[in-house]
Amino acid sequence: MNQRAMYSQSFTIKGGDFINAGTVSVRIKRLLKEIGLKPDIIYRAAICCYEAEMNVVMYANEATLDFTITVENITVKLSDKGPGIKNIELAMKEGYSTATEKMREMGFGAGMGLPNIKNNADVFEIESEIAKGTIISFKINLNGKH
Amino acid sequence: MKLKELTEKCGLETVNGFADENKEIAGAYSSDLLSDVIANAKKDFVWITLQTHLNIIAVAALKELAAIIIVNNKEIDKDTLQKAEEEKVTLLRTGLNTFQISGKIYECGIH
Repeated sequence: MNQRAMYSQSFTIKGGDFINAGTVSVRIKRLLKEIGLKPDIIYRAAICCYEAEMNVVMYANEATLDFTITVENITVKLSDKGPGIKNIELAMKEGYSTATEKMREMGFGAGMGLPNIKNNADVFEIESEIAKGTIISFKINLNGKH
Repeated sequence: MKLKELTEKCGLETVNGFADENKEIAGAYSSDLLSDVIANAKKDFVWITLQTHLNIIAVAALKELAAIIIVNNKEIDKDTLQKAEEEKVTLLRTGLNTFQISGKIYECGIH
């Protein structure tokens, strides 16, 4: 654990598990509430976690979500084993999605997931390797304006 | 306006009782795209949708919505009802479609 870390925890997210989809995000949100962070921070962190979690459920096989809080920020790193993203620039474009017809019927695949993370985080990074997986990291600052 | 008052005025069916009938409604949002709701609905909004699968509950819980209003009297999945119970999310239902119920809620003064 980082010396300045106040708290850290890892979660596993299973691909294709629509039954438990969102559970990790709801747990993280509760945790942040218990810690007593500002509502705006909790809200933004929850949105980012949810979108990242749903991406794993929809596209990857499995992922580990590492979650750390320091006095300065919340850091989330999500590494998945999965198909990877062919074109990250396209994936970041609002409205672009590779969701299946079935997912779209369920209201997923709006092409807003990654943009939602980017808009709500203070730092956002994504790297991907075809047939290996994708790593998404984001930070939300606890002090100062977004 | 409180959630109970809106429910009565718009003739909404309470599916699983109220998590908080005195919740003051901050607004409303109509959409069937989950990420759109995540991006644009706000705390204490009512969410009007035709989606009934269990993933709508996590969205409502994360966004702290006042209630989900299911349109067209759509049947709600058992999993969804159970999850709503767990997360204390209020489910309401109407026989009207999204356009009609949105108009009605607007007429009630929620803009």
